[in-house]
Amino acid sequence: MRIPIDSYRLSNGLVVTLSEDHTAPIVAVNLWYRVGSANERPGRTGFAHLFEHMLFQGSEHVAANEHFELIQRAGGTLNGSTWLDRTNYYETVPSNELALALWLEADRMGGLLPAMTQQKLDTQRDVVKNERRWSMDNQPYGTWSERLPALTYPPSHPFHHSLLGSMEDLSAASLDDIANFFATYYRPDNAVLSIAGDFDPREARALVEQYLGALPRGEGSIPPLADMRLSPTFGGTRREVVPDMVMVPRLFLTFRAPVFGTDEYYAGSVLGAILGLGKASRLQRELVREREIASDATAFTFDLTQGADLLVIDATARPDVSSDALEEEVAREVTALERDGVTEAEVERAVALIETSFVTSLQSAGERADKLSMFAAMFDDPFLLNEQTERYSAVTVERVNAFARERLGTDNRASLLYVPKAGDGGLPNEAEAASGAAR
Amino acid sequence: MSGAEARRAVLSPVRPTPAPPVPYRFPRFEIAYLDNGLRVIVAPVHKLPVATALLLVDAGASTEPAGRDGVANLAARGLLEGTMRRGGNELTERFERLGAGVFAGGDWDSADVGVTVLTAHLEAALSLLGELVLEPSFPERDVARLRAERLADLLQLRTEPRGLADEMFARFVYDPLSRYARPEEGGPDTVATLTRDDIVRFYRIRYRPRGSTLVLAGDVSVDEGLTLARRTLGQWDGTAERCAPPSEAPARTTRAVHLVRKEDAPQSELRIGHIGLPRSHPDYFPTLVMNAVLGGLFSSRINLNLREAHAYTYAAFSGFAWRRGAGPFVASTAVESDVTAQAAREVLAEIDRIRAEPVSADELSLATSYLGGVFPIKYETTDAIARALAALAAYDLPVDYFDTYRDAIRAVSIADVQRAAEQHLHPDALQVVVVGDASEVKAPLAAMELGPLLEYGADGADITD
Repeated sequence: MRIPIDSYRLSNGLVVTLSEDHTAPIVAVNLWYRVGSANERPGRTGFAHLFEHMLFQGSEHVAANEHFELIQRAGGTLNGSTWLDRTNYYETVPSNELALALWLEADRMGGLLPAMTQQKLDTQRDVVKNERRWSMDNQPYGTWSERLPALTYPPSHPFHHSLLGSMEDLSAASLDDIANFFATYYRPDNAVLSIAGDFDPREARALVEQYLGALPRGEGSIPPLADMRLSPTFGGTRREVVPDMVMVPRLFLTFRAPVFGTDEYYAGSVLGAILGLGKASRLQRELVREREIASDATAFTFDLTQGADLLVIDATARPDVSSDALEEEVAREVTALERDGVTEAEVERAVALIETSFVTSLQSAGERADKLSMFAAMFDDPFLLNEQTERYSAVTVERVNAFARERLGTDNRASLLYVPKAGDGGLPNEAEAASGAAR
Repeated sequence: MSGAEARRAVLSPVRPTPAPPVPYRFPRFEIAYLDNGLRVIVAPVHKLPVATALLLVDAGASTEPAGRDGVANLAARGLLEGTMRRGGNELTERFERLGAGVFAGGDWDSADVGVTVLTAHLEAALSLLGELVLEPSFPERDVARLRAERLADLLQLRTEPRGLADEMFARFVYDPLSRYARPEEGGPDTVATLTRDDIVRFYRIRYRPRGSTLVLAGDVSVDEGLTLARRTLGQWDGTAERCAPPSEAPARTTRAVHLVRKEDAPQSELRIGHIGLPRSHPDYFPTLVMNAVLGGLFSSRINLNLREAHAYTYAAFSGFAWRRGAGPFVASTAVESDVTAQAAREVLAEIDRIRAEPVSADELSLATSYLGGVFPIKYETTDAIARALAALAAYDLPVDYFDTYRDAIRAVSIADVQRAAEQHLHPDALQVVVVGDASEVKAPLAAMELGPLLEYGADGADITD
């Protein structure tokens, strides 16, 4: 499976990737900026994400929320998202509206600051605080996405702190912070623009040049991140127990893993799929179906491209199963895999599932554009997209087993365990014992 | 010139006008019937070497026998637990070695089971699909497990405010005798009593070819698709009779506020609505456009008011749930506890406003151009195409539905929108459901005088004092 890819760089440093597909009259525009929560300074956790919200509050020639309105009026979809090491903005529009999408992205890349006001910042700050309450604070187990990086990256590491940020830090964010962040990171030489779908390459290139070509490079260099490298394992077993407003225990058992793009990453990803992708995966078969320990059990990777990645097992206990039993049973599966390895059939099953999901995802113009941006922004090579299925197919039993021996041991495990807080229907004794163990 | 000014200076002040639109047609498809009455729809789309097979059976939750809530869900999920030829482990393993993640589930109107797979494996995957549909074994032990998993989900709902709010809303809106008043996948009382016999009986009555539809979308020709359908499901026989949809009787005809206690909740989950319309209602398009102005888009009134003007919430939206019977209309949001009453008031005010005054030409054109324009974006994948064609079958839509959809949207006028708002939004019948911290929200809600205030525990028990 190969898709057509073209790539070039504007004189201002903006990398452009193009992928034509004329099966439907739609086109996706996708921008990756190489900045995420990892780039936040102390006391400003959550700022990269708050900043992403501000990019929908208007720019030189666009009123607040008009970006949304213009794209929706054109019959398009749009959004943005913030991750640890990147922020993306994207729209899919009818193909005759490509110029509109490019003009809007150019206007905010060049002219964000004139539109910024204290009132808009205050409003979006409150919106983001409500996003935090909605997705984390008022959701059972919702804080896992903040606690897990905190448990698994050292305090000085750029991935350690909360992506959505603390309420205090969000309150402290100012218009000066907006101006500095914009000047430092939102510049053509720190971005990748991808266009996928129904476009004429000559026209698309001309439009890109017309709207984005004259934007100047950023001034000064982009401050480097603190050293992201980490040893291959945690060097021990870590454990945090969180009594929460939940009815049943849930375990996030995590392993430090090699970063996306390395040979070891693909072996680890296949191992994760053997453990927890699909109904015939080991955790589903053994813990959900056979032993009835868990009501659900999956495994996934964060797919980080710098520093170190995480491989995570996510298992929710059946109501009659204690948190201790859940932990023991998951550990038993991991240890069995580490000791005995995997079979050829397991590798084949995992690779087949991953391949189908990869190919089906490429049906969407937006997904194509996002993946192209990712490979261009993080690896300077969008053509890597066409190598992905081969990278997975090349994974062997031996490589998975080597990964298991190196990465699944007790020297590389971190347990984040949620238990019912006494009084929320859980077993009080168990919750107390768990709190004791948390120290 | 500073860096920031240099950047501004090069921007083009003129917003580009669109190029001429490129025509779009929904993928061509053929509808045929096998001798056993099974409807087969094949939509060849040769963009990538993938195909989706989706079997739609007239076995949704609304077809369950009285007192057997949840049996439709257990029957659908039970299909994956084994056949007369092999157990569940082997069955799912065979699918997944083809790269096919098989799924089985359903909604109020239909059960569905299907796969998306690389073309090379379509025939093998369909053969397994036929096996699990025609010869499921529903092993006793796996039935017990699925039942326990559903009961575990219900238990977890007590601390999950979004799901809890949805369930409570249905209960406060529909008459208790309507199936729509109770959870789609069954509540604890009925689920705990479901047996393997219940599932087998339901399967025998509802899982029949006449009344079911197989959709094949993707890298497959019409001839290949029909041949595969005959080979895998040609031996199936029988008829599933269409059931009457659930009652649309309301729980109450006057407005009330229902406060469901969740101690220490930092936000309130709000659901505000009433019984809506069946999918077959002739006002479907005017109502869809009306809701898009009210709360169907990011740029809709409810979201711009609650999120962008007041910063009460991360998101607020409204929608009609389209089913064979009259599904609910509901506005949903999660707001900081201390603005709960004000947020409820703003939603009610928006519902009043769209009934009282005509929407602007700008609002109408935003709604219609959005709904018409995103149409091709919605159908990029074989899975989405298959689901759209399944809906065509489930709701008896005309075969030219997709080709006329955009014209039907564009034909909606300002007067149509106002009429839809007047006739299908009922401010006096709105049920306001709040899942939140009573100590923070009760007094302000009472002071707002939106209607009588009733209070419940997280288990739904009425604790009004």
